[in-house]
Amino acid sequence: MTNKMPINWTGRDDVMIEDAIRRGASRRDMLKMLMCSGVALSAGSGILLRASDALAAEPVSGGHIKAAGWSSSTADTLDPAKASLSTDYVRCCAFYNRLTFLDEHGQIRMELADAVESEDAKTWQVKLKAGVTFHDGKSFGAADVVFSLKRHLDKSVGSKVNSIAKQMEVIEKVDDQTVKIVLAEPNADLPTILALHHFMIVAEGTTDFSKANGTGAFICETFEPGVKSVAVKNPNYFKSNKPYLDSFEYFAITDNNARVNALLSGDIVLGASLNPRSMRLLEGQPSVQTSVTTSGNYTDLNIRLDLDPGEKAGFIDGMKSLINREAIQKSALRGLAEIGNDQPVSPADRYHNPNLKPRAYDPDMAKALFKKAGVLGQKIPIVASDAATSSVDMAMIVQQAGDQIGMPFDVQRVPSDGYWSNYWLKAPIHFGNINPRPTPDILFSLLYASTAPWNESQYKSEKFDRMMIEARGALDETRRTEIYWAMQEMVANEAGTVIPAYISNVDGLSSRLKGLLPNPLGGQMGYAFAEYVWLES
Amino acid sequence: MLKSSTTWLLVAKRLGIALITLVIVSFAVFFATQLLPGDVAQILLGQAATPEAVAGLREAMGLNEPAILRFLHWLTGLATGDLGISYVNHMEISNLIAGRLANSLKLAGVVAALSTPVALCLGILASMWRGTLLDRTISILTIAVISVPEFMIATLAVLIFAVWLGWLPALSYGVDVDSLGAILRAYALPVITLSFVVSAQMIRMTRAAMIETINTPYVEMALLKGASRTRMVLVHALPNALGPIANAVALSLSYLVGGVIIVETVFNYPGVAKLMVDGVATRDLPLIQSCAMIFCFSYLSLTTLADMIAILSNPRLRR
Repeated sequence: MTNKMPINWTGRDDVMIEDAIRRGASRRDMLKMLMCSGVALSAGSGILLRASDALAAEPVSGGHIKAAGWSSSTADTLDPAKASLSTDYVRCCAFYNRLTFLDEHGQIRMELADAVESEDAKTWQVKLKAGVTFHDGKSFGAADVVFSLKRHLDKSVGSKVNSIAKQMEVIEKVDDQTVKIVLAEPNADLPTILALHHFMIVAEGTTDFSKANGTGAFICETFEPGVKSVAVKNPNYFKSNKPYLDSFEYFAITDNNARVNALLSGDIVLGASLNPRSMRLLEGQPSVQTSVTTSGNYTDLNIRLDLDPGEKAGFIDGMKSLINREAIQKSALRGLAEIGNDQPVSPADRYHNPNLKPRAYDPDMAKALFKKAGVLGQKIPIVASDAATSSVDMAMIVQQAGDQIGMPFDVQRVPSDGYWSNYWLKAPIHFGNINPRPTPDILFSLLYASTAPWNESQYKSEKFDRMMIEARGALDETRRTEIYWAMQEMVANEAGTVIPAYISNVDGLSSRLKGLLPNPLGGQMGYAFAEYVWLES
Repeated sequence: MLKSSTTWLLVAKRLGIALITLVIVSFAVFFATQLLPGDVAQILLGQAATPEAVAGLREAMGLNEPAILRFLHWLTGLATGDLGISYVNHMEISNLIAGRLANSLKLAGVVAALSTPVALCLGILASMWRGTLLDRTISILTIAVISVPEFMIATLAVLIFAVWLGWLPALSYGVDVDSLGAILRAYALPVITLSFVVSAQMIRMTRAAMIETINTPYVEMALLKGASRTRMVLVHALPNALGPIANAVALSLSYLVGGVIIVETVFNYPGVAKLMVDGVATRDLPLIQSCAMIFCFSYLSLTTLADMIAILSNPRLRR
């Protein structure tokens, strides 16, 4: 371990170590820092330290914070069904509640529901919490849930989750505290699906979303689309002691440098989703810390199985052996990523298969495989674009590895505008970028099933489709996990999608802000930080 | 009497041309927006845009009418002062724009009030003392400022004054402005950045226009007759250079209303430029058109004003 010398060591790192010593870091902390090879990892250990700090400290009530996301426009909305930008998610989490939510370990917790139960994964009973009120004083009940869920089926609402909600064939009120949901096909994931941000519960009959009337921890005081929102504490919130903050203001600073500068100057206490490139600026600043979340976002290299050269036996295996995952993780993604094993279920997901090891970088094996496929020495095009995060850098790494074994790749860099409609899913070898999804079922049915709309490599397997449907309806967790693990193995070995790494999201926060934990639903604590954080007195 | 009526005729002609320009620009913007891929329903649904969902939303939003008809409808509404309703958030465009326009005008006003006199003085001084150390210093500095892009100036200013020195806030909006001091602090950085950019242009144009006039025989004559250097420049040369100077000032200032997107982004200042960009990103036709009209209107009124100053200050132009 001691021969693992840190790379990219600069004056900034000296400052950080000195600073840590000044703050009284223990020998173990120092070792932890020194052991970390690479820039970002040293930042990562700092977070570990601070996170344990945060857990130990007692929450303090009171205070006002300003926090900034990265995207905002006049399309900002308080209608959870239409929420599309992270800014919308943060606001919806503050003003509304969901029936369920995912905690930091990816486990399902109940929020407005007391229980979500089913015997056969087809007919579900949702028992609701009693004694919850909306901001306007109306008490919360089954009618609100029915109204909120049915909105997604109404085309004129323009819900983002219309395709997911469509499986709920019957949504009806049984009594004031119970709702019955009947699905078209058995789906054991319903409790996780209800934890999606779009399924926030609004009051029955709501049509005006210029102000938010929810059950959430904060009451909406001002909301100007594309400008800002101001939220004040809900004194009647049903979770005791929460929220800790008296009020919080949320807006977006679209420019990364401006967001970093505002954080450094203390104008905001949280700047979401910082570019890994600005990490060097933040290190050695005692007033700022970072929180790294690895949810399921990834950039993948897609080789179509139905086109030349992907259809040639051995070519895809050759490509998988030629991918230097460590180099991609360290240099293309600057260490802010976890190495992937060619399947879409990330380590943050509770169904992730940890036994499936990433394929090793083996140029000799790749050379032998390319020879077998009869393509060695042919110039093969790879389409990359800034539209797919870091794909140009990844393509360069693949190209260099190819040059060393006499396999020239022609990296075609194309513009971002129109990339998703013109090249993605179409070119024989191209890059894609997939956002996190809450369940393996959604990922598989969207990306790998024979009928999947976004089948990136045109992977088709009847066995896989059958397993997917079986797992969907299985209430037995052990059985489900077993099937999902096997499916991950199939995708990793058979499909033409190379997933070299899961990309992390980095939020920058003031060291005065405590209580923020990474969450598998995304950065900023799955966008729900407002209710959980507090300001150190 | 005759002279003044021809002047007014000229002015009326100018205003008429301005109005026609507005209509032409409006059509040009409309055709340009039609070239953008996707419509508002597709953009709003994003990754969830299945064909049936898009069709349903289009129906609900009343977007099935041909775009040109919706545009003409908007144009007739505009004639009665109605800017229409945003497709995206169903707010009145006038409400959306009002606050933002006030912000933009506030910023533009402060920058104009501060930079115009300074720029004119520096430009005139440089032309009066042409070739001296003062002239060279001013010229080198203005060229330096013109050459450095504005996002660089803005980011450097934030880094120095907000991050390192901690004197000023890094954001201009979202900070508490409860006292005059706080307002001054909040506006300092964007105003400094914008003043740099616009005054550099104005200084160079003023200097060039003045030097040209100073080189004419009648100004030289004034000097030979014994007028002081100051009198020669201010009384004999300046009135004749006023036309070109007014035009240079108008061009620089017109940039302040719609063209300050970078400063708005870096300082998180909600102005109309950002609103226009949002409008384009979401294909919100009434919003795009309204913003375009405002930019065009401010540009036209400034250039028309400059032309009128030129006409009024120079009797030769009236013929």
